[in-house]
Amino acid sequence: MRNSTRRLQALRSAAIAVFGFVAILSAFLVSDTLLAYGLSSGGLVGVFLSLGGLIADATGFTLLSFRFGWRMLAIGGLIGIVGPLIGMYIVHREMAMIGETLAHTAFAGVAIGLLVTGATGIETNYLVPALIVAILGAFLVEYLAARSSSYGDVPIAIMLSGSFALGTLVISYGGGLTGISIEGVLFGNVSVVPPSGGTMMLVLSAIVLGVVTTQYKQLLFITFDEQAARVAQLNVSAYNSLLIVLTALVVVGAMQILGVILVAAMLVVPVAAASQVATSFREALYLAVLIGEASIIIGLVVAHQAGLPAGGTIVMLGVVCYVAAVVISDRDLASISVR
Amino acid sequence: MSPIIDVTDVSFAYGDTPAVSDVSLTVESGEFLGLIGPNGSGKTTLLHIMLGLIEPDSGSVELFGEPIDEFSAGHRIGYVSQQSTSKGSTMPITVREVIEMGRFAHAGSRRLAEEDHAIVAEAIETVDIAELQDRRINALSGGQRQRAYIARALASEADLLALDEPTVGVDAESRDAFYGLLDRLNSDGITIVLIEHDIGVVTDRASRIACINRELYHHGDTESFVESDALAEAYGASGRVVHHHH
Repeated sequence: MRNSTRRLQALRSAAIAVFGFVAILSAFLVSDTLLAYGLSSGGLVGVFLSLGGLIADATGFTLLSFRFGWRMLAIGGLIGIVGPLIGMYIVHREMAMIGETLAHTAFAGVAIGLLVTGATGIETNYLVPALIVAILGAFLVEYLAARSSSYGDVPIAIMLSGSFALGTLVISYGGGLTGISIEGVLFGNVSVVPPSGGTMMLVLSAIVLGVVTTQYKQLLFITFDEQAARVAQLNVSAYNSLLIVLTALVVVGAMQILGVILVAAMLVVPVAAASQVATSFREALYLAVLIGEASIIIGLVVAHQAGLPAGGTIVMLGVVCYVAAVVISDRDLASISVR
Repeated sequence: MSPIIDVTDVSFAYGDTPAVSDVSLTVESGEFLGLIGPNGSGKTTLLHIMLGLIEPDSGSVELFGEPIDEFSAGHRIGYVSQQSTSKGSTMPITVREVIEMGRFAHAGSRRLAEEDHAIVAEAIETVDIAELQDRRINALSGGQRQRAYIARALASEADLLALDEPTVGVDAESRDAFYGLLDRLNSDGITIVLIEHDIGVVTDRASRIACINRELYHHGDTESFVESDALAEAYGASGRVVHHHH
């Protein structure tokens, strides 16, 4: 019993350290944003770049001597926190497919956005239309799941492939993707993330963290026992909508590094791994963030050094953690039954 | 003093299939009401109507003297559903974390305070599961898990405990202990509404009985129920008498 408390405290300290690390990286994103809009001379960016230069001289690891390298690491750091955080709720609400679906909906959004840009000349980061369409998609998924008479995941599966199909049609109609690469959207492309991508990620993460820290208890109650939460007069349908919209925010923010195809993995894999070995919800939450964060940071560094695609490397690291967690929990189970 | 639950002429149908027809009943403070009826007789539906989980097609419901859509004191009700018994098979969550949920309605968006934790600890003591509190809830036996859910209701300082077949799949010994606990809570003044398929348990424990099979066949004290032929009528009406062997 005391053992579990000590383990929880260790995980908590580790999670706080990760939070601090990501907060420092976020400071870079703020400075990066201000510099991009000409609001500051980017002194802080300069500090980070000199530090990156020192690292490059000492180790030969050059990624951090570039502005995009720090930007990528910072966006990754934020994904590693908000992805597993939202994942804890949607996985245990048995809504894991929602993340996948919203990513595909966002793809249709990217396509529509490009079409609009082509027609009107209004230029935005491709994440803006992706976000709008993903949020609309979030409400549509919820509506379909509640109203349709088919099995729970059928409308979700239809929505997933349907919105992807729509995306390909719109792209073809618009004469292909101009200005951004389709592979970049599908699989993520870390080297072309513009400063506005970092700004979006900062804002989206702030919203997600703000909501989850204030609504942690309510979301947990609904996730664990929806009926009892309803009897306790929690507004369950409002919280459901909130959760799906937050998922859309996370998915769109994370898309730029992981791509449409792989983004849902960051919501699901670390949570699944942590849930195998954790005893309590809090412990699982800390552990999921640690696993997510480690997969992303190590994945980005390894991918850069080895010339591998970042999204695939990150997700594979997560999957390795999951397999390890399954093996560990099996062994624990076996040792209990031997006793 | 107004009744805890006041149901007037409620009817509810799933599509074209009526589940509850014109049922009126009241539950007074301190009562132990046993809600019985054959399988598929609308017991759970009626309980859901009472708790505001289902809106009736017609009729009205008052909880603690307030119309159900204006009722907001959710912490006054402790609810143990059939669903909560099966849920949490994979979710990592400890017994203590589940019981803390009883304080959530009180806390709103603030953090749980010292006082909340003290109340949680007391609830854990009352149902006697202190040594299990750091275990995952799904590592508990059925009977232990029911105690945890009762503790959640106690932690919310509920005046009304609503239980839907809480001892399905629980062994006889734990079941007796569980009903002993319910008796004690009832003597402490907590109102109980219990759905139970084992009629023997209900007639032993409950002070009043509502016997339904779509319609209300009996509502009154336990003695008059035992003497009446409401049971045969209600179970006969479905064309089958259910036998349970435990």
